[in-house]
Amino acid sequence: MNPTAVTGHEAASEESEPGFYGTSWQKLMMWWFIIGDAILFGSFLAAYGFARISAGSWPDRTQMFSMNFITVMTFTLITSSATMATAVAASRRGDRKAAFNFTMATAIGGIAFLGMQAYEWYHLIHNGARMGTNPWGAPAFGAYFFTITGFHGSHVASGVLILLITAWNAKRGKSGPEGVELTGLYWHFVDLVWVFVFGCFYLI
Amino acid sequence: MAIAQAARPGTHESHVHDGGHSIGFVRKYIFSTDHKVIAVQYILMAMLMSVVGLGLSLLFRIQLAWPGKAGMTPEQYVSYVTMHGTIMIFFVVSLALSSGLGNFSIPLQVGARDMAYPLLNMLSFWVIVPAAAIMILSFFVEGGAAAGGWTAYPPLSALSGFGKVPRGSPGSGMGQTLWLLAMALFIVSFTMGGLNYVATILNLRARGMSLMRMPLTVWTWFIAALLGLLSFPALTAAAIMLLLDRHLGTSFFLPSGLVVSGQQAVNAGGTPLLFQHLFWFLGHPEVYVLVLPAIGIAFDVLAAFSRRPPHGYKYSVGALLIIAFLGMIVWGHHMFTSGMNPFLGKYFSISTLLITAPFAILGVNLLASLWRARIRFTTAMLFALGLISAVGTGGIGGLFLATATADLHFHDTYFVVGHFHLMIGVVTMTGTFAGIYYWFPKMFGRYMNETLGKLHFWGTFIGAFAVFVIQHFQGFGGMTRRYFEYSADYVKPAVALNPAVTVFAFLAIAAQLPFFFNFFWSMFKGKKAEANPWEATTLEWTTATPVPHGNWDRLPVVSGDPYGYAAGPDGNAHRMQNAEG
Amino acid sequence: MPNKRGAVSAWLLASLLILFTILTVGAFFVLKWRPDVASEHGKGVDKMILYIIFAAGFIFVVGHLVLSAFLVKFGGKNGATYKPMTHRAEMLFTIGPVVFMVAVSELGVLAIGGPVWNQVYTHQSGDLVVEITAKQYEWISRYPGKDGKFGRKRPDLFDDQENPLGLDPKDPDAKDDIVIRGAVYLPVGKGAWFNIQSWDVLHSFNVPVLRSKQDAVPGLTTHTRILPTVIGRYEISCAEICGPGHYKMRGFVNVKSEADFYKWLKSQVGWFE
Ligand code: HEA
Ligand code: HEA
Ligand code: CUA
Ligand SMILES: [Cu+2]
Repeated sequence: MNPTAVTGHEAASEESEPGFYGTSWQKLMMWWFIIGDAILFGSFLAAYGFARISAGSWPDRTQMFSMNFITVMTFTLITSSATMATAVAASRRGDRKAAFNFTMATAIGGIAFLGMQAYEWYHLIHNGARMGTNPWGAPAFGAYFFTITGFHGSHVASGVLILLITAWNAKRGKSGPEGVELTGLYWHFVDLVWVFVFGCFYLI
Repeated sequence: MAIAQAARPGTHESHVHDGGHSIGFVRKYIFSTDHKVIAVQYILMAMLMSVVGLGLSLLFRIQLAWPGKAGMTPEQYVSYVTMHGTIMIFFVVSLALSSGLGNFSIPLQVGARDMAYPLLNMLSFWVIVPAAAIMILSFFVEGGAAAGGWTAYPPLSALSGFGKVPRGSPGSGMGQTLWLLAMALFIVSFTMGGLNYVATILNLRARGMSLMRMPLTVWTWFIAALLGLLSFPALTAAAIMLLLDRHLGTSFFLPSGLVVSGQQAVNAGGTPLLFQHLFWFLGHPEVYVLVLPAIGIAFDVLAAFSRRPPHGYKYSVGALLIIAFLGMIVWGHHMFTSGMNPFLGKYFSISTLLITAPFAILGVNLLASLWRARIRFTTAMLFALGLISAVGTGGIGGLFLATATADLHFHDTYFVVGHFHLMIGVVTMTGTFAGIYYWFPKMFGRYMNETLGKLHFWGTFIGAFAVFVIQHFQGFGGMTRRYFEYSADYVKPAVALNPAVTVFAFLAIAAQLPFFFNFFWSMFKGKKAEANPWEATTLEWTTATPVPHGNWDRLPVVSGDPYGYAAGPDGNAHRMQNAEG
Repeated sequence: MPNKRGAVSAWLLASLLILFTILTVGAFFVLKWRPDVASEHGKGVDKMILYIIFAAGFIFVVGHLVLSAFLVKFGGKNGATYKPMTHRAEMLFTIGPVVFMVAVSELGVLAIGGPVWNQVYTHQSGDLVVEITAKQYEWISRYPGKDGKFGRKRPDLFDDQENPLGLDPKDPDAKDDIVIRGAVYLPVGKGAWFNIQSWDVLHSFNVPVLRSKQDAVPGLTTHTRILPTVIGRYEISCAEICGPGHYKMRGFVNVKSEADFYKWLKSQVGWFE
């Protein structure tokens, strides 16, 4: 028997089984990365819950944060999700210019968010919050707050970088709709994580 | 056609116009993106690291059998044990079995030209290299290598002596930091590898290769990759928090009121148990990540050398999925005595015992795969047969440990050491060896020497079994683990077995010498092998040997089950997975 | 073609597996494979272990017999006689092991293990309360003294020689607390409830002859209950890695007759008396 025997259909461009429900492998990888990363954040937040419950009392959030400011921050990030969605739609249409503009707008939203977060950190540190201590109560607060928001912030920062690269590529036509879409997936994920972080630290 | 293919991953033009241009040595053998080359790189790396891991075990086995004869201090003893465990699990078994053999056979068995993302594949290997280097370097820093056990439980591992944090032990200094950094790099690499496995298996299967036509090996790698992707993030979180505790003055795992060698710590509010939960949320799935591919390989090898399909393919796949699921919700069985709520202890005991059921399916299917077979005792087959016995024996140890009440006696004794070595040491290594002897002719176009192979098998099997079964008895005797020396009275009968254990360990380790020699010798001097030397039926045997760049001239089209072995008086009848009709 | 040698390999491997099975089972008869047992729940633990030995031993022996038999029967044969199994048979081969495994393991843990587990973790009225404090590399026990109350431990007052528990001399509860380094005393036949703590890292209060093992976790008080049944002196060996001195972190549990125990207790003076 000829070991390399192959049955017909050679000319077909389809050499492989159709992908997983028609998803490309790039998107599949991004999804799995996101699931893994979500579990990473989940572990952090679960640890935070564990610590908060075992601490008994927890610093009063109204004393530490300016809720109005946080609302603006959150709003900025959510808005950037909307501009991102618009960019994805534009690149699907093949409208490179709009894709570029809206991706850039998203990046600017991200930068604004980072700026506000830096200010918020500065504000808290100025008021005496540290990784190991804080003036309001349970000492674990500072550690969890800075680690989790910092970790999220680093995701936003790398997201901004990716957005800038995507925008540049979209403009030059090097990055097709798939590229913009993948960036979009990541960006929406980062925003979604913020919603949870927001809920865990600022709402309860 | 070239254009249509170029849009698909791993199908660059060079694949199609095979051999059209030559690439330099560096691109071909060092910074290669070819999965077959990367696979060999991983295996060589694992062999290199195994010399360190085995050497350490040799040293501390001498100390255990003949105290004082190895010239080591208690500090060195605990750090050698820690590093032995870490290196063996993450830098030998993971690299050789999951990364090495997986890289080699996944694309070949599913009928793909390469991994989905070859560049990422190369990167994941080149991230492992510094990880291994850092791990080894940590022996030479102040205080020596990490010495908190491979589990790195805080507070011991968090008490670094940096800043205001007191020092818990010599090995808790820089050595522990480097350990954590190396582990972080390992996780990055393993995650990239896992993403590639999942994407390749889901998206690059040859036409006709439906999921239920995949060889069991591919199934086990697939499930292991998913399990790894889902569980490693918890360890990442724990490692980040531990690093912060060590260097930046946080108190994630350091409670209030610590007094370490007379020095009062300023930490407040942390919970040491949290780390254990995060660690074992990874740790338990991780052991299945390692053991499942070994079992998968055994199924493939058994089929090829007993000329019949493995028994109960469907049920094996189902059992694997159930094991993966249950594996994620039983981590607390490592914490029965940790001070966790006793009610949770009961829950974890009951759920853990459930896992023995799908494992029993796998065990029975392995055994039943020999029914009405025509067994050929090649070295690969011997290792696969040894694996059946090891899974059974090691799994039975798990039965004792999973029963919380019995674990009161067994926790942290050599019973645990014996149990996990049978599983994570013997099952995974016999699986790896079976795979290496089986695929070697495809990797290098030559057979490995069978006589040396048999020597390797008998030495490893007899030696390792004796070592780890005797350790179970030492555990019955209450012999505690991670002990430099024993002096208690009750443990005397158990300790008396130590010299015998060490002698058998010598045997098992000495048996690796013929393997190492055989591996390199056969690479250049072994008997030349044809394309399908074992008359096996899965796709990797349908391409030429040596495997061309791009794996096939034309990708195969799958037309049937992976195990087309059939009955017949000559017993040789078989049907390739891509055969027509 | 490979049949003669195949048959030899088959017999070789099969006899090795059988030999190995016999040796393993035989070891239970030859070796002193477990320490004596001297506590009430300890007997339960041993009963649990014995149950698993039989259940697991059955799987172990049968598994290896089957494996060896298959090797001999099908190794070195010329023609394969493989026939696909019917779906029904295949299903039975799957359901069988599942039912067997679940029944054997879960019934064991529920019927024998569960009650013993509860025994270990239930504080019963009338139990003697003992506090254990672990530190690198020492066990310290404390009894509440006449007032029946433990004084507070203060990290800032810790002194390795003078005050290893950091007791406050001004605390009336602490005044008569009895502190013993390296040993625990218990009356036979009476339950003792342990509060286990640690100053620095994890340790584990492990007394194999009493079948007792409970981690000492800094920042947390863990518990275990022991009812000793035999008078004697039993070794504690730390069972959680706590640094290079882990192996020498030992101590003793002295189980005395009830009369002797109370005589001993009376003769003790409080840490600050
Ligand atoms: C690959 C690795 C691996 C595997 C597969 C397993 C499998 C199992 N393990 Fe193990 N385990 C470890 C690696 C592994 N373990 C490690 C590394 C540790 C220690 C970590 C440390 O503390 O350092 C550990 C520790 C450990 C503990 C904690 C002990 C303690 O610290 O006190 C427990 C407790 O429940 C446990 C249980 C189990 C169970 C129930 C299984 C089950 O999955 C087993 C099920 C299998 C069967 C039931 C066999 C069925 C087979 C047949 C029916 C065929 C029979 C055939 C013949 C006999 C020929 N393991
Ligand atoms: C994969 C994992 C693995 C492997 C293979 C081994 C192999 C061995 N181990 Fe190890 N061991 C661990 C994982 C492993 N160990 C872990 C996790 C711990 C716990 C650490 C801790 O407490 O923190 C431990 C602890 C441990 C102890 C307990 C020490 C203590 O608690 O005080 C002892 C004692 O005897 C021991 C002995 C041995 C011996 C004699 C060997 C071998 O010498 C056995 C014989 C040899 C083989 C079975 C062949 C293996 C072959 C290769 C490695 C070749 C590689 C080839 C290729 C890559 C192709 N080990
Ligand atoms: Cu204390 Cu180990
Ligand atoms: Cu486990």
